[in-house]
Amino acid sequence: MDGPIDYIIGVKNLDKAYGKKDSEFKALKGINLDIKQGESIAIIGKSGSGKSTLMHLLALLDSPTDGEIDIGGRASSNLSRREKDVLRNEQFGFVFQQFFINANNSVLDNVILPLKIAGVGRRERDKRGMHVLKEVGLTDKAKNKAVFLSGGEKQRVVIARALINNPNIIFADEPTGNLDSVTGQKIEDMLFHLNKSKQITLIIVTHDSELAARCDRQVRLKDGKIIEDIRL
Amino acid sequence: MKFTDIFTMAASNMLRSKVRTLLTILAIFIGSFTITLTVGLSSGVSAYIDKQVNSVGAKNVLIIRPKVDIQIGSGPKKYNPNQKNTSVQATLANAMLNDKDIGKIKTQSGLTNFRAIVAVAPDYISGSNGEKYQINTQPFIDGSKFEVVSGSLIDNHISQYELLLPEAYIKLLGYSSSDQAIGKIVTIAIKNPTSKQEIVLARISGVQQESLLTQGGAFVNKPLSDRLAAIQYQGLPVEIAHRYIAATAQFDINANKNSIQIIKDGLSKKGYMSRTIDDQIGIVKQVIDAITAVLIFFGAIALLAASVGIINTLFMSVQERTKEIGLMKAMGMGQSKVFLLFSVEAVLIGFWGSLFGTIAAISVGQVANRVASDGFLKDLPGFSLTLFPIMSVALIIATVMLIAFLSGTLPSRRAATQDPIDALRYE
Repeated sequence: MDGPIDYIIGVKNLDKAYGKKDSEFKALKGINLDIKQGESIAIIGKSGSGKSTLMHLLALLDSPTDGEIDIGGRASSNLSRREKDVLRNEQFGFVFQQFFINANNSVLDNVILPLKIAGVGRRERDKRGMHVLKEVGLTDKAKNKAVFLSGGEKQRVVIARALINNPNIIFADEPTGNLDSVTGQKIEDMLFHLNKSKQITLIIVTHDSELAARCDRQVRLKDGKIIEDIRL
Repeated sequence: MKFTDIFTMAASNMLRSKVRTLLTILAIFIGSFTITLTVGLSSGVSAYIDKQVNSVGAKNVLIIRPKVDIQIGSGPKKYNPNQKNTSVQATLANAMLNDKDIGKIKTQSGLTNFRAIVAVAPDYISGSNGEKYQINTQPFIDGSKFEVVSGSLIDNHISQYELLLPEAYIKLLGYSSSDQAIGKIVTIAIKNPTSKQEIVLARISGVQQESLLTQGGAFVNKPLSDRLAAIQYQGLPVEIAHRYIAATAQFDINANKNSIQIIKDGLSKKGYMSRTIDDQIGIVKQVIDAITAVLIFFGAIALLAASVGIINTLFMSVQERTKEIGLMKAMGMGQSKVFLLFSVEAVLIGFWGSLFGTIAAISVGQVANRVASDGFLKDLPGFSLTLFPIMSVALIIATVMLIAFLSGTLPSRRAATQDPIDALRYE
């Protein structure tokens, strides 16, 4: 029961405030949250509830005003910027609503970007790139320019890119927000399949209740506080 | 991230906005082109002058003349029987040294091998074909080392009359080649004071390459020079016959600037001005250096404007790539790598601009060399108008790249310190 080893992310009394004293805005107030390895968790809430802020903090893209985040048993406040960079590069995968792919580069070049940043050699990263493209069913598009892909294909490229470093955690911010329902469904299937088959922790920020319902756990935020935390 | 990956990424980023990059490169091109061409021109001329000075060689010779006083408005001066009238008019009218002057000059310490130079004005020279041509003669000073096309330099210490002929005279006098002319006897005619022409026969000892310093004249050895002077002043009183345009003397070949200056000051006190060959060349050099400095200054201004262009280009490209930078930072790309990515792009722009600029300048220089050597420099063999030492060119390119890097630091810093969240939100 008291095994912190179970938890890949531990959050204690997390506060996040923006702005100076007079005009201070508290985006998050006293968040406590433990996330287990292999869990799929939906962070839900209306816009302005602080769900994106929470995800940014969990992904170490931002620093909390107060409180502590442990990643794999290490306190993030003790990590240097460099160590955080390496951690994000090696253990996190990101899936964004707006894709953020480089339209002029080939599909393969987009997918291998995290490995390029990690300093992996060309042959190795191309090999691994082709491997993940196979997983998302885009092998034949590897050499195509990303600009010619459909929305669904783009999001599959993004998933392949998130997978290439064999991450422990995938952060997905409205992964299906820009897709039609059929394509969105396929992307969801893909993410949950990875979650189950590879035990990749899935942290999804969404206001889509159907998507949230497919997760193991739903955390609902309102005005910067967790008002509901249900395991299904 | 590996440097090679950063490099290729920067190189491909550079090509994303081709027109903008090209215009920035063009600005650097103009600056580099101007500077390279200027440096090339100045190197070419300097190299030629150095070569000339070295070829003349008599570096330890001092040429001594009466002092010219060019002070304006200094008021009437009191007459002194021991001093010459040194006003400009008086000197031009009477710019000659006499035996008394030579005596005074000889008292100057630090000098040896004094020689009084007599100006002689021969009427003509003629060779094997009998054609007559005007000629200037100059006395040959011991230690001079002119570049000789064939034959050898003349000797002041033999009794035979010898001369060193400029290359241009060879064909005109009826010789098929320089080699063929060596040892041949030419005729020199000169008038005595009663306007009667007399003939002197002299041997061609060598043929000399034309240069800036020889001024197209023939050099004659001392016996020949003395003989021509003797005819020119035949029967005239010593006071008139013994008048010299200049005197030459040698100082220690290892003398430093200070000791040469002491000698010059000594001569100046006696009322004579003196110059070394370096002094004479120095004036030309100063003019060239001044022109070079002005042109390089213009080139530097062009480069300054170009560096503002680099700053602008990179700021725009940072702006355009905000999301991309955010993404890469989210994926763990460190600040230093982002900084490097944009710096490399700046340096590449600098590199291409300066490379094309120097290549264009060298090409223009080569064309100019060809045009010049066929045209206005025809009489100056061995003179390249422009010269591009590899080190100078490399230094120019390196400097421009450094300037580009420095210009790039501002936008690169902005990219490096961008917050990934803000960058990802950026629309």
